[in-house]
Amino acid sequence: MANKQQQTEITTRHVNVYYGAKQALFDVNLAFPKYQLTALIGPSGCGKSTFLRCLNRGNDLLGHTRVSGEFQFEGRDIYDQAVNVMQLRSQVGMVYQQPTPFPFSIFDNVSFSQRMSGEKNPHKLAAIVEKSLRQAAIWDEVKDNLQQSALALSGGQQQRVCLASVLAANPKVILLDEPTSALDPVATAKVEETLQQLKANYTIIMVTHNMQQASRISDQVAFFLDGKLIEFNATKKIFLHPQEQMTSDYLNGKFG
Amino acid sequence: MNRYRVNQIMTGILNGVTLLVVLFIAAFILYLLASGMTAINWRFLTTSSEVGLGIRDQLFNSLYLLLLTQLISLPIALGAAMALTLYVDKRSKFASFAQGLIQILSSLPSIIVGLFGFLILVLKFNLGFSIISGALALTFFNLPILTQSIAVSLQGVPDEVMQSGLALGISKWHTITKIILPEAMPGIWSGIVISAGRVFGEAATLIYTAGQSAPTLDYTNWNPLNPASPLNIFRPAETLAVHIWKVNTESLGQDAATVSRGTIVILILVVLLFNLVARYFSTTMRKKVGR
Ligand SMILES: Nc1ncnc2c1ncn2[C@@H]1O[C@H](COP(=O)(O)OP(=O)(O)OP(=O)(O)O)[C@@H](O)[C@H]1O
Ligand SMILES: [Mg+2]
Repeated sequence: MANKQQQTEITTRHVNVYYGAKQALFDVNLAFPKYQLTALIGPSGCGKSTFLRCLNRGNDLLGHTRVSGEFQFEGRDIYDQAVNVMQLRSQVGMVYQQPTPFPFSIFDNVSFSQRMSGEKNPHKLAAIVEKSLRQAAIWDEVKDNLQQSALALSGGQQQRVCLASVLAANPKVILLDEPTSALDPVATAKVEETLQQLKANYTIIMVTHNMQQASRISDQVAFFLDGKLIEFNATKKIFLHPQEQMTSDYLNGKFG
Repeated sequence: MNRYRVNQIMTGILNGVTLLVVLFIAAFILYLLASGMTAINWRFLTTSSEVGLGIRDQLFNSLYLLLLTQLISLPIALGAAMALTLYVDKRSKFASFAQGLIQILSSLPSIIVGLFGFLILVLKFNLGFSIISGALALTFFNLPILTQSIAVSLQGVPDEVMQSGLALGISKWHTITKIILPEAMPGIWSGIVISAGRVFGEAATLIYTAGQSAPTLDYTNWNPLNPASPLNIFRPAETLAVHIWKVNTESLGQDAATVSRGTIVILILVVLLFNLVARYFSTTMRKKVGR
């Protein structure tokens, strides 16, 4: 176990991102330990989502962005020409702020990635769907209505179904961009509990605006400000003894 | 006068104007229907214009031309709309150029499309006054409308849907065909049906392309190469809308007026039917998709 924690899953060096002429990230260096939950915090517009999107090449989709720097995922360069982007994205899954289930049944949503990569065996698919829904802590709520449209679920349920869909693709890393900002406290608590259990098998990187949430469930915290990484440290240290004045000002609500 | 009062008065005026327009249109349609209803009977619908002053062949021609036109335009319009909304960068010069072009094409007067079709298809390509000339000319008329309405339906699907599909490691093609197209389908269907209504009522495009004569058809002859076969695409084919125009210009007295009014009724009823179907698609099917 101790050995596990020393491995890093993703290492980034000298990350710069430009939207057209505007630079959104400045020389960010971050390493994400395997099987840990890292929280990215900072005021709105500081570049958290931008950074997260770099890790599954989500910025490629926006068209006018330029990304430079080194990105190592399991020893491979994420931005290498030879990388199969589709495979990368199934290994580095992303859950968005707004739950976006697809307009079909819960079962079809969760099994979607497997079906698209050619899995046809209904027993295997059913097993994957059940396992993923259990991992996302929503199995008990939906197990009797798997054929119901995923769009008919509540926001919190949709969010966990989306998480299950990501899990069904067999990722190693899960990226979450403010996954609970649209949820009520009860649903939020459920998602947090889920994430803490998932940590045993997945490396998790999560953007959050909720400081209590970061302190409750994360192992490390990275604090961003105006596109720069200000401080990166163990969660306890960040909250109890921040090294930078700006970090402590932010945590004390002096700005942002 | 306080602003609540002003608001009340303006709301009243706007409601009044709306009511006036609705009443006017309803009265107009009712008048056309009422004045033409007497002309409609079984004989009118089932005889040819040469034998029994009926519109059997014109009705068939209209539907057949519509079918062919949609068969040609739909794949092109779908491809163009998908390219413009899902593949080409929306901020690029090419995208705005193409959008502008489509806009211009969609406002091109239909008589110009018709004369263009006459010069190019009928004369230059020697297709003569024929169904295929008419269908190709109608495709020109139809493409911009259809492309735009399909593009609008595709844009209605939130960008996040595409992103979360791709973020699952699914190919762009699968994300589009398995998620985005099904989600846009109600809108696409109602676009098809509305454009069908416009194509069905189109006359100016067809006068010089599909022609103004309706040789009596033999509905037992299914050999597409036989000139008397309804399926033959190289025969001239007068449609309902062209029939109305021709009957009125050639003016055959009392009969002409009756035939013209009866044809108008059939044309209006079919177009109304199309609009009802389009509404069905946009409400019932949208509920099923649920977004
Ligand atoms: N698609 C885009 N095109 C152009 N500029 C963008 C785009 N996305 C983000 N930006 C800019 O990049 C900067 C960082 O944005 P980003 O979305 O990463 O911030 P964030 O930290 O996630 O903020 P929030 O907490 O509000 O989500 C902002 O100044 C934003 O205006
Ligand atoms: Mg963000």
